[in-house]
Amino acid sequence: MAANRRQDSQFKVDATGLHYRRLNQLLRQAVADGAERIELQNVYGQRYIGTDLDREVEIEIQGTPGNDLGSFMNGPRITVYGNAQDGCGNTMNDGQIIIHGHAGDILGFSARGGKIFVRGDVGYRAGIHMKEYQDKKPVLVIGGTAQDFLGEYMAGGMLILLGLNLREGEYHRASFIGTGMHGGVIYLRGSVDQFQLGREVGVAEIDEVDCSNLDRLVGEFASYFSYNAAEILKGRFIKLLPLWLRPYGNLYVY
Amino acid sequence: MKTYLPPKFIVDRNPSRCIQCQVCVNQCSFDVHYYDADDDEVRSHEENCVGCHRCVIFCPTQALTIERNPLDYRENYNWRPEIIEDILRQAETGGVIITGMGDDKRQRIYWDHLVLNASQVTNPSIDPLREPMELRTYLGSKPERVEIEPDSLELKTYLAPQVELDVPVMFAAMSYGAVSLNVHESLARAATESGTLWNTGEGGLHPKLYKYGHNTIVQVASGRFGVHPQYLDVARVIEIKIGQGAKPGIGGHLPGEKVSAEVSLTRMIPQGTDALSPAPHHDIYSIEDLAQLIYALKEATNYQKPVAVKIAAVHNSAAIASGMVRAGADIIVLDGLRGSTGAAPKIIRDNVGIPIELALASVDERLRQEGIRNRASLIVSGGIRNSGDVVKAIALGADAIYIATAALIALGCTVCQQCHTGKCAWGICTQDPKLAKRVNPDIGSRRLTNLLRGWSLEIKDMLGGMGINALESLRGNRLHLRGVGLTDTELEILGVKMAGS
Repeated sequence: MAANRRQDSQFKVDATGLHYRRLNQLLRQAVADGAERIELQNVYGQRYIGTDLDREVEIEIQGTPGNDLGSFMNGPRITVYGNAQDGCGNTMNDGQIIIHGHAGDILGFSARGGKIFVRGDVGYRAGIHMKEYQDKKPVLVIGGTAQDFLGEYMAGGMLILLGLNLREGEYHRASFIGTGMHGGVIYLRGSVDQFQLGREVGVAEIDEVDCSNLDRLVGEFASYFSYNAAEILKGRFIKLLPLWLRPYGNLYVY
Repeated sequence: MKTYLPPKFIVDRNPSRCIQCQVCVNQCSFDVHYYDADDDEVRSHEENCVGCHRCVIFCPTQALTIERNPLDYRENYNWRPEIIEDILRQAETGGVIITGMGDDKRQRIYWDHLVLNASQVTNPSIDPLREPMELRTYLGSKPERVEIEPDSLELKTYLAPQVELDVPVMFAAMSYGAVSLNVHESLARAATESGTLWNTGEGGLHPKLYKYGHNTIVQVASGRFGVHPQYLDVARVIEIKIGQGAKPGIGGHLPGEKVSAEVSLTRMIPQGTDALSPAPHHDIYSIEDLAQLIYALKEATNYQKPVAVKIAAVHNSAAIASGMVRAGADIIVLDGLRGSTGAAPKIIRDNVGIPIELALASVDERLRQEGIRNRASLIVSGGIRNSGDVVKAIALGADAIYIATAALIALGCTVCQQCHTGKCAWGICTQDPKLAKRVNPDIGSRRLTNLLRGWSLEIKDMLGGMGINALESLRGNRLHLRGVGLTDTELEILGVKMAGS
């Protein structure tokens, strides 16, 4: 059974042996009771943590949250001291997810807003179909490297891949980067070959606007994971942009 | 390049009736009619005519007749005119041919080969005008058995969320972006008034229509357009769209020119950008993954709403449906070969998927065999034309029916198959504000309500004739059906006997 202790607006939940349904009930209850900070201990694969919460609240996770962490989330800030699994930030609307380990596949799938920072590597199809809308612009910053189809179908937002764990001269491994991309921007630090890029993306040098984006977001990334932002920013960045905003515009006859 | 395509229709303007009033010029959105000021005469560019009849209906003097162009090719069953003309069009453009509405080809329509029973002599029929007749339908997962507290008579069994329908006919998914906002409003209001549900499709829900949320099914499709917490919260049912009958297995593509300011608001994407719906959901590659999304949505709405999963009817639908039920779907939606669309590659629309009658029969049968039929409601769609089709579908095992084309026809659609052009002269499948205002939601909702009322009365008549006073007693009762002109295999799959036996 969960220990659910209340000190002011601080909650602590021991998730040992808790089904996700019960865990999420406790979270909803805590948020309804005015929690400002919730600490989840011994999390072990519970899914959907942070979904159906629609205001700002700090959630700290010790352990390994399960799939769909923060899916449909709308406001909380989740910090994971461990690895995240697949579908983290799925269709997220607002909030932040800070992962001190690695993350699995389809990180930030269809996210419309919010920010996700991953210290380590990410799986396949990170940032797939992220989109932006009015003042909403999802941001994904990945400290390590990524698997194939990074930024596939990307329709908006910003994806930054830092490659901090690559050795001197080592290339990113991902292929099909930005396949089907038709909006948003990918900043890539470290080297890729042309063949690793999707047919729909073009490479550009970074300009002043890009530099200020990178300063801000790499700065934020560095502050979470105790890196020196200036050191990171010394690396060479390239910018990937969709070549066409309507890549499939001429396939059809009416 | 000179086009080798002949005009499809001939516009016959009776000069003794035409008063040069130019109503046809103003009504036509395909630039067929034009006014020649020098000659003071209205003329036609017949090659543009799509046969939608807007001008015919609005001509005040009945001066117009639209006929098929009688131009005949040499007779050839293999190289029919449509096939020749599709090749010509592709030779001139090099593209995928896109079309609207459902499959118009000659695959067998099984509804036309099924007939219903009626009571004669040995069992009394019921007159629905004077005796109670129950069409009420509950959608949602039903428990294995029901336990009641003996003293208080309260229900002890946990009941999954249920949705009550007064009439078992709902409006199928049509997205705002494909159809106009006035169509959405007409559907929403008619569903509310008639005690049934309408479906947003995958393009989000305009905030103006949140007030109809109690009668709204919201769709979560692969593009996740407009899916946000409030959208899920206002809905009565959440439907995960895996596929649709008109284009099984492929994604969708709303061209940027249809993404107006208002459409951008509900889809939550920038104005003028293409809205690409990927072919698969990238978080669903298995039944287990489907379960994950079903429960993600249940968690996101605190288990308050049934979650439906919609698939196109394909060869192994029965096995998939079993998996869907086991994955936690409260409602299963099957969309058949004739399912309609706002835009799909014609070659897919007309060649991929199976007829809904066969899919329905095999899915219902499979779920019964596995003892899990109670765990999900079954909704079917794809070419349901009238209350006869509805009653036959229910006898075959459906809990409720989705209609879309029939609903649009009620609003004026003549099935001219130009939905994908965005130029619908009837103001249905368009985002052009001048055209869209041709559908007035006050009138549109009344036309739809009338249609459902007419069908309800007919359904009650058919039930009464069979001596049944509740739709529930007909559900899955295939003994009330007989087949006409079907092979043994067809009869076996449909689970009905030959007429006369």
